[in-house]
Amino acid sequence: MRPEDDKRDNAAAAPGPARQKEEVNDVSWLQKLVSSRIRTQSNGGKGKVPEGVWEKCGGCGTVLYRPELERNLMVCPKCAHHHAIGARVRLAAFLDEGSGVEIAANLAPVDALKFKDSKKYRDRIAAAEKSTGEKDALIAMRGTLKGRPLAACAFEFSYMGGSMGSVVGEKFTRAAELALEERMPLVCFSATGGARMQEGLLSLMQMAKTSAALARLRDAGVPYISVLTHPTTGGVSASLGMLGDINVAEPKALIGFAGPRVIEQTVRETLPPGFQRSEFLLEHGALDLIVDRREMRDKLADLLAILTRQPKPA
Amino acid sequence: MNPNFLDFEQPIAELEAKIQELRHASHGQAFNIEDEIGRLKEKLQAKTAEIFRDLTPWQVTQLSRHPARPYTNDYIAAICDEFHELAGDRAFADDAAIVGGLGRIDGKPVMIIGHQKGRDTKTKVRRNFGMPRPEGYRKALRLMKLAERFGLPVLTFIDTPGAYPGVGAEERGQSEAIARNLLEMAELRVPVICTVIGEGGSGGALAIGVGDRTLMLQYATYSVISPEGCASILWKSAEKARDAAEALGLTAPRLKELGLIDEIVPEPLGGAHRDPEAMAATLKSILLGTLAELEPIPVADLLERRYQRLRGYGAFSEG
Repeated sequence: MRPEDDKRDNAAAAPGPARQKEEVNDVSWLQKLVSSRIRTQSNGGKGKVPEGVWEKCGGCGTVLYRPELERNLMVCPKCAHHHAIGARVRLAAFLDEGSGVEIAANLAPVDALKFKDSKKYRDRIAAAEKSTGEKDALIAMRGTLKGRPLAACAFEFSYMGGSMGSVVGEKFTRAAELALEERMPLVCFSATGGARMQEGLLSLMQMAKTSAALARLRDAGVPYISVLTHPTTGGVSASLGMLGDINVAEPKALIGFAGPRVIEQTVRETLPPGFQRSEFLLEHGALDLIVDRREMRDKLADLLAILTRQPKPA
Repeated sequence: MNPNFLDFEQPIAELEAKIQELRHASHGQAFNIEDEIGRLKEKLQAKTAEIFRDLTPWQVTQLSRHPARPYTNDYIAAICDEFHELAGDRAFADDAAIVGGLGRIDGKPVMIIGHQKGRDTKTKVRRNFGMPRPEGYRKALRLMKLAERFGLPVLTFIDTPGAYPGVGAEERGQSEAIARNLLEMAELRVPVICTVIGEGGSGGALAIGVGDRTLMLQYATYSVISPEGCASILWKSAEKARDAAEALGLTAPRLKELGLIDEIVPEPLGGAHRDPEAMAATLKSILLGTLAELEPIPVADLLERRYQRLRGYGAFSEG
């Protein structure tokens, strides 16, 4: 198993809710992959290389120049390994340049249960906001794709494991309702461990709420494409994630209801290789297709044009 | 310790045993100990009331999983005039962790669907401890669509630790099966009443839990994750399940306060298992009352109200 998979698999190991790792919020997990030698150099003497300029590919181990990796949408130019990508970067790359306008940007979480484990939920919210600059784990926008309007959302995994609480559910629902009102397609990129434990049953109910909103899109014949990215598990997979008119996944993404660790503990045997990866799901009939991130725009634009009976986009 | 009693129920067990003993002792004897039994019974009542006055969320969690607690089939047997179980998802298998079928309650035709746990080792295994696989949820959906076609209201009984986390379940699309039910139930064109009778375990519970009303038995629980699961993730120790149960707010009164359930169904003194008949009678009368409220509502209104109800779930600020 690749090192970053290890970390992210653990992050998604809870059956429903997200497994939130504090360090995810503090340091980009990519930076942690940089070999210790390079890190020593960059942290060390004078005339140092700026922090995070080099990234070691999680797939093939090649040391990559970060700006080049970013230009390539965080896909390794050597082995096509898909590294994590932030929600805003993702949406900016997916939508027509400069077309994205954020919706429901002011929604912020509240601690309805006064939840406290080893840390208070309120403190976790503050820490997540500080490290990501986001108010919660979903960014929703209206914009255009090859000139045609649509609504698009993306999960921010680095905000509490991309977990779905009230804000995520409400934002997604508003995006769906906007899509319905304006009869424009909805696309959602998920990257999440599932429902957010710290909001208790309120989180679980977001599964019902978002699914109900999608039912209305279905009735109105407004297309919804769900793009499942690494990782998508738990309550998000078991609601808006699997409800696409078309379910797309990025290559080798971990997708499932229960996380692999929970399953391993339950069945007490080693899981088959490739279990719960995109290719495995495709083979078992859960997905329509697997699409490389660099071709996502073209592919989704073509599919949506056919579903909405419009000419093939240029 | 009597295994059929939880640790905090032991004083109740002791008093009951004493009453039994006296009965046996007095059998065929000349002297009358009815007075003594009466006194003990009063004491039993008082003791039970005292124990149940102030239960912790963890104690309620234990009650919701009580080995003697009535399950779906017990309620069906007690409240239906007739019931015909219907099996299978028509695609893969019949999942015994969910039962469903056509029945009548006071002559009224209904579709009933619920999680089913087993009582002894053999039936526990057969029912997979009430943890459904995708085929269970697909059977449930098939039966709901059947009910919709024939205009029958749907009653669901929720009692599961959660959807089964297994290899086969994943291969056959556990996520999709749950998600599909959420979407379809949001628009099912007949009244849907969901009752949490025991454990409401996460997505596996919600997958038959979307409807017009959510009722919850007084000592049932409903949660996004089990206290044990939550504790092992957030506290890094399953031993902290007690604290997690506290934090998750999974009891009926707390969820009513939060507006996430509609009505609490009161349990007999000492819990549903102390008097299953009385429990079933209360549940039956509340279900009939709720049905009477929902049935006259035109379908379009019913669906709009259902949507607004689901739409309203959530707590956030908008600055």
